[in-house]
Order: sequence, then C-alpha cells, then structure tokens
Amino acid sequence: MGRRKLTSFRVELSLQPTLYSVIFFSLLAIVLAFACGSIIFLFYHISPWIAYQTFFRGAFGSWYAFSETLKRTIPLLLVGEGLALAFRAQVLNIGAEGQILLGAVAATWVALFSGLPSFLLLPTMFLLGFLAGAGWALIPAFFKTRFAVNEVLSTLMLNYVASNLVLYLIGGPWKGKGVRGFTYTDTFPEAAWLKTMGITRVPYFTLLTGIVLAVGGYIFLKKSALGFEFRIVGNSSETAKLLGISEEKIVLFAMFLSGGLAGFAGVGEVAGIHHLLRHPDHISLGYGYTAIIVAWLARANPLATIFTSFLFGALLSGGDALRVSLGIPFQVVSVFNGLILFFLISTERLSRYRIIWGEEKAVERSGS
Amino acid sequence: MAVVEKKEKNSKEGKTVEVAFRSITKRFSPDILANDRVSFEVEKGTVHALLGENGAGKTTLMNILYGLFPPDEGEIIIRGMPTKISSPREAINLGIGMVHQHFKLISTHTVSENIILGLASTPFFFPAEKAESEIRFLSERYGLKIDPRARIWQLSAGEKQKVEILKALYRRAEILVLDEPTSVLTPQEAEELFATLRLMKEEGKTCIFITHKLNEVKEIADAVTVMRRGKVISTILPSSVSLEELARMTVGKEVISVVPRKTVSGKIILQLQKVSAMGDREIPALSNLSLTVREGEIVGVAGVAGNGQKELAEVIVGLRQATEGHVFLQDKEITNLPPRDIASLGVAYIPEERHMGLVGEMSVAENLLLRGYSRPPFSQGFWVDWEKAEAYSEKLISNYHINPPIADIPVRLLSGGNRQRVIIARELERKPKLVIASNPTAGLDVSGVEAIHQLLVKAQEEGAGILLISGDLDELLKLSNRIVIMFKGEIVGEKEKEHWTEEDRREIGLGMGGVRI
Repeated sequence: MGRRKLTSFRVELSLQPTLYSVIFFSLLAIVLAFACGSIIFLFYHISPWIAYQTFFRGAFGSWYAFSETLKRTIPLLLVGEGLALAFRAQVLNIGAEGQILLGAVAATWVALFSGLPSFLLLPTMFLLGFLAGAGWALIPAFFKTRFAVNEVLSTLMLNYVASNLVLYLIGGPWKGKGVRGFTYTDTFPEAAWLKTMGITRVPYFTLLTGIVLAVGGYIFLKKSALGFEFRIVGNSSETAKLLGISEEKIVLFAMFLSGGLAGFAGVGEVAGIHHLLRHPDHISLGYGYTAIIVAWLARANPLATIFTSFLFGALLSGGDALRVSLGIPFQVVSVFNGLILFFLISTERLSRYRIIWGEEKAVERSGS
Repeated sequence: MAVVEKKEKNSKEGKTVEVAFRSITKRFSPDILANDRVSFEVEKGTVHALLGENGAGKTTLMNILYGLFPPDEGEIIIRGMPTKISSPREAINLGIGMVHQHFKLISTHTVSENIILGLASTPFFFPAEKAESEIRFLSERYGLKIDPRARIWQLSAGEKQKVEILKALYRRAEILVLDEPTSVLTPQEAEELFATLRLMKEEGKTCIFITHKLNEVKEIADAVTVMRRGKVISTILPSSVSLEELARMTVGKEVISVVPRKTVSGKIILQLQKVSAMGDREIPALSNLSLTVREGEIVGVAGVAGNGQKELAEVIVGLRQATEGHVFLQDKEITNLPPRDIASLGVAYIPEERHMGLVGEMSVAENLLLRGYSRPPFSQGFWVDWEKAEAYSEKLISNYHINPPIADIPVRLLSGGNRQRVIIARELERKPKLVIASNPTAGLDVSGVEAIHQLLVKAQEEGAGILLISGDLDELLKLSNRIVIMFKGEIVGEKEKEHWTEEDRREIGLGMGGVRI
C-alpha cells in the first residue's frame, strides 16, 4: 500500500480513448514520421539535424516564413473543416482536389469573362466558386444516393477530370492573350484581387472565414439538430433509418458543404495569390489530398482542424525551404504526409490503451 | 460385490479431465473483477454447461481459454499439462474451437472459404476447392447440413452457426466452446444443434456450453458450473438439482414473476386490414394479415422466427412498405407513412436488433434523445437545447434504473440489459399509444427480463396497446391478454385467456408448427 516502484507498470485496455491519449499519440505519430524521414536526408548526405533546422526556419524562422506557413494553412483549413463535417457523416469525400479546381475555374470566369461591375466581382467569385465546388461534389453524391456508387472512387476519379478541364481551359479557350508559349490565363483585374496582410501573401478574408467556419462547424455538429443527424448517420445508418432520418439528405448535404468549402478555398487561391488560372499543380499543391490528413488528424473535429491545418501548412513551407536551401526535391513533403498518416493509423489502436505506473490495489466491485 | 466396486472405480479413472481451470482471476479495471479465483474441471467427452446471468464472467473465462487475453492469476491445465495460451492460434493448435455469440464470418465469401480462412495449409490458388470434400464429409457426419458453396450473406443465423462449428471441426477441435448458441436459434434449430453435440460427445469430443437458459442445462449438459459475479458457485450434475434450485443459484434470490392480467375491452388502437408485404429477398413475407390491438391490451405474437414477425413490426412502424391492405392507428390511416411521422403519432418501437435502436458510439444522453431532438421541448427547429436534454436524461437514468448511472459515456459500454433499458426508457417516456416490442428480452438475464416485463406492464396499465412479438412462449403466456400465432406470414390461430394453461401452451406450440387451431 502506497509503495510505488518506478519500474513497475502495466498496460491495460481502456474502454474509451481519453483526450490526452489521442493528443499524445497524434504527436507521437508526427515525431515518429520525422524520425523516419531522417533517413531520406542521409541519402542526400545531409545531416538530419541541419535539415530539420532549415525546415523549422522555413516554417517559423521569420515573419516571412510564418506568413508563408499561414498562406498554406488557409486552403488546408477551409477544405479540412469541410471534410471533417463530411467524415462525421461517413461521407468519404476524396475529391476536394477537384472541387478546389472547380472553384478556381468559376472564379476565373467571373473575374475575366463575366463583365460584372468591379464591386460585385469578389462576392460573385466566392459565391459561384462555392457553388461550383459543391456542384462538382454533388455528382458523386447523386450516384451514391441513387445507385450506391462508392464515393471514394467516384470523387477520386473526378479529380482527374477537373485537372484536365483546367488544362484544357488554360491551353485553349481561356489562354491569355499576352502569355505567348505559356499556358495560363490573363491576369485578373485588380478588383478581383483579395486584400492581403501588409506585404505578405496572406489574404485576411479567407483566413478569418476559415477560423470562423471551424468554430461554426464545431458548434453545428455539437449543438444543432442537423449536426446531430450527421453524427447519427455517420455512426449507424441502420439507426438513422429506424428513426426516419433521410440518409440521402445528409449525404447530399455533407457533399454540398465539403465540396463548397473546397471550391471556396480554390477561389481564395486564385483571387488571393495567383490572380490568374494556371496549371492545376500550382493552384492547389495537393491541398485537397493533404486536407484529408488534416481532417483525419483532427479526428473529424472542425475546431481541431485549425491546429492540424497549421501543422501541415508549416510542413509545406518547411519543405519549400528544404528545396531552396538544400536542393532536396519538394516531393519530400509528400513523403512526410504519407509517413504521418501511416503512423497515425498505426497508433490509432494504441490510443485505446493506458499505462498505469506502479502497483495499484484493485478495489473489489462494490454494491450491486 | 468386490468386482462391481472395482469396475466402478475403473470407470471413474477412465474419465479424464480435458480442461481444468485453476484459480483464474481477471480484472478489467481496478473496480471490475470479471473472474474471481475460478476453479473447475471439465471431463473429456461431456457437454459441460456454464450457467450464469449476463456479466457473471462466463464469456470472459472462455475468452481466456481461447487466448484472447491472459488471466491475471491462475492457470489453465489442458489434458494434464499446465498451459499458457497467449493467442487464439495457440488455442486452435491445442484443439480448442470457439463459436462466438456474434459470428466472425466474412459475409461475401462462401462457406468453404470462411472455413479455411487463415489456415497455413490453404493453397494460393482456388483455396476453397480442395477443402470442399472434407467439409461435405464433416457436415454429413455431424448433421450440419450446409452447402459449402453458399455465400454467408445468404444464410440464416442458425446456418451461420453451423459454419462456425464446421470451422472448428475442420481445425480438429477437441474442445468446442459455444457462447450462448441457442440465443439465435429457433426451437427446431436448437434441437439440431443438440443432436450435433451428442454426436460429438460420442466421439469423445468435449463441449463447453455457455447459457443462461435453465431448460437447456437440463436437456443437454452432463455437468454444470454455475457462476455468479465472477465466482464459481458450484459444479454439479444437472440431474441432481431442480430447475428452481438452479435458478436460485444463478440469481442468488428467488425469482418472482407475478404479473397481473385482466381482460380488456378498450378502444381499438391498432388495426391491420388484409396487409401484405415483401421480405428482404422479394419473397412475400406477409399475406392478407388482419390484426387488432386494443387500449391497455398486450397482444402476443407467437411463432417460429422467420414467419413474418419481423416484417409485421416493420410494416406497422413504417420501415417496410405494405404492398396491399391498410394500417390504422385509432381512426387515422398510417399505411406506408414515413417512420418519423408514425413515431410522432404515438407509436413506440423496440426493435429486435438492439444495435438498430441505439448508436453505440454516442452517449447515453444522446441515445435517450434520438426521438425527441428535433421537437419541442428540446428543439425549436435548428438548435438542440442540450442542457434540457441533460436534465431529461438524468431523470430517465434514475427512473429506469440505467446502470452505470452516467449520462455521458458511450452507450456501447453498457451491458445488454442496460442498453435495452435505454431503448425502452426512450420509447416509453413518450407515453405512446402503441408499443411494438420485438423480442424485447432476448439475450437478457433473469433480473433484466423481469425489469423489462414490469416496464411493459406499466405501459399497459397506463393505457398503451402493446404488440409483443416473441420467440419465447413462456414470455407470451406470462404477459399476453391475447395471443395470435403466425405461420408463413399469416395468422393461423388466436386465443384469449385470463389464465393460460398447459393445454394452451400445447395448442399454441402446434399452431407454431403450422397446425390450425
């Protein structure tokens, strides 16, 4: 009694993962990913220590670095919180990449070809961009609800369609007049540019919207009747059926929201950063895919996507620094994404265990 | 005399102990002691029943035997050898087979494929073909009729169980553990299972049979170990004790089951007129079925599972389309209305599959609110008033004795009986006019059954009409004012009584077998 040997501990299965164990294992997954990632640097004959220093400086080392991180956080946040909502309803939207591009296409049309008065340009771009992303997501949603087509496959395949649509537009009908051999559109009129913070490339509007919507999404899931239905459908579609909740409605709505937010993010990229429509890889940097990990790491909690999107934003800008300073290909970031996801999934089960240090005297079950 | 004595002694020595549990103790968390110094022996070539209420520690003990988790203390001795079983694979190598309560089969694969799954000897190409002849042989020999090429999703629960037993036999199991095998079976299927067990016994195989049904112990077991709250109460010969004594040993107190019943002449609450409906496989499941339930009346629906009872319940609550006929709730026609509309008109539903009635990952409080979240007083439209909901759930938890009395733990952590209480609390608290209860006490222990019965009777006394569908004839005789018998989607008989007799039981039993009464 009361004696505590530091060496003795036991591991036991806890019935419910605690918040702390979830956070602990999420951080552990990230640390393990970085440890494994060191091997890549050794192949380049670069000390992992130097590499991670460069990486860290590239992500947080200066105001400029920090702003670059924020710049990449924004689309990840907008897309990630939408996916978090969809994942809660067990709607596996893997098509955010294409939905981002559709948002960008819609915004480009408004900015260059709609002929709207200046003051209407930005609002219309965001509205139509949202609807374009949402509409793109509703295609697989329709096939899922009507013909039970697996949305993972259909959303994923539509990404390539969207990407080729952009390539066609920038190389064909929308190719800029003054761009000669390059394939991108003309630059947007300045009225279609988003205001950024100081000299940085961080637009106020999308950053604030992202944060507000993350909080809003959290409250929506937790407090609203519709959010409750999202969670019921996501956890047990049989119970939903018994209660008379229309799963069809929830699937369509989840796709609409997540696709719409991805489209919105796409508008933010072209209106805030590029000011034109260009090669799909430059518009999105794989945000649509990375946002899946953002939502997963946040355990499909919209509020937590604020932190996880920032983390992956840092990963992207740190990776950029590695490329510039040390000549390591940018693709190393994808390796890190993969490793983090790998370790997240493999530590998922561990978060159900808890370690108890020292001997505890078991209490007999009391009462009846 | 001396010779006889010697012979007796010999036969006693001839009995070998197949499995011995020695002081097995298992704790799940500091305050849950699942097994407390459990010791008993199982003899070779016997059916050994393990009897106890839910939560008595039977399944935990068997999971330890099967290597799913290690005991904290104690040891298991198999055929005289102290053994440390640290995985199911080791258990299988020791000749232990397990048929879990919830089957572990892959529904899109065939019977053969499921049986050979995970075996080292399985060839890479066409894995199932080689095994087929042996599976056919085994299924002939043990009376486990099954088509090796059928896919699991096409099978009934009883057939799936046969696959699980074949799986164990194919792995040369000498010790077969069956966890509440009859809970999913019709009476006939249970008889078939018992016949199989007897065949296995003749060959010297050993069965450990987990159950909480006293009759089964009497019928099939050669020995019975009674467990209560993690402890062994006694290991005895079933023939040496009466059912009452067994019951007392399991629950530790006399079982009281007196329910007042009176004839009913209230207004008609539910009326079905010539209703027909299709089953899941587009085969007619209900044909021309007419039925009434009055205010304050419990109408029992007797029948062997699979004769349209499930479809009947689903048509009434709106989960299944009626292809013909009409359903009235009081004077209002509710035929094929959406389930939510029917529920809000005052129809409560206690579904047969408990997991359908609950969302396991959600909290007790959230599950209690599944019916009311979108309506006043909990919601005026968009938002849910969770503070009000919390207070409401606290009230229900204490009124319906839901244990543990914690509102915010996931409902999946509750025991079966308490999960059922959550469903019943949610459904009955709405003061329904009509309750459709489908096997509401299936799988519950004696005290759980009693509690559910009392809640149903209370709803009846408050004026609700209750349609009680049950595979348990005793339950129907205990609670019903009137009993209708279903056979192949039709009602083939009806009886109304104040006091049911053995004669009624016999007649209803005949009716369930398709004999018109």
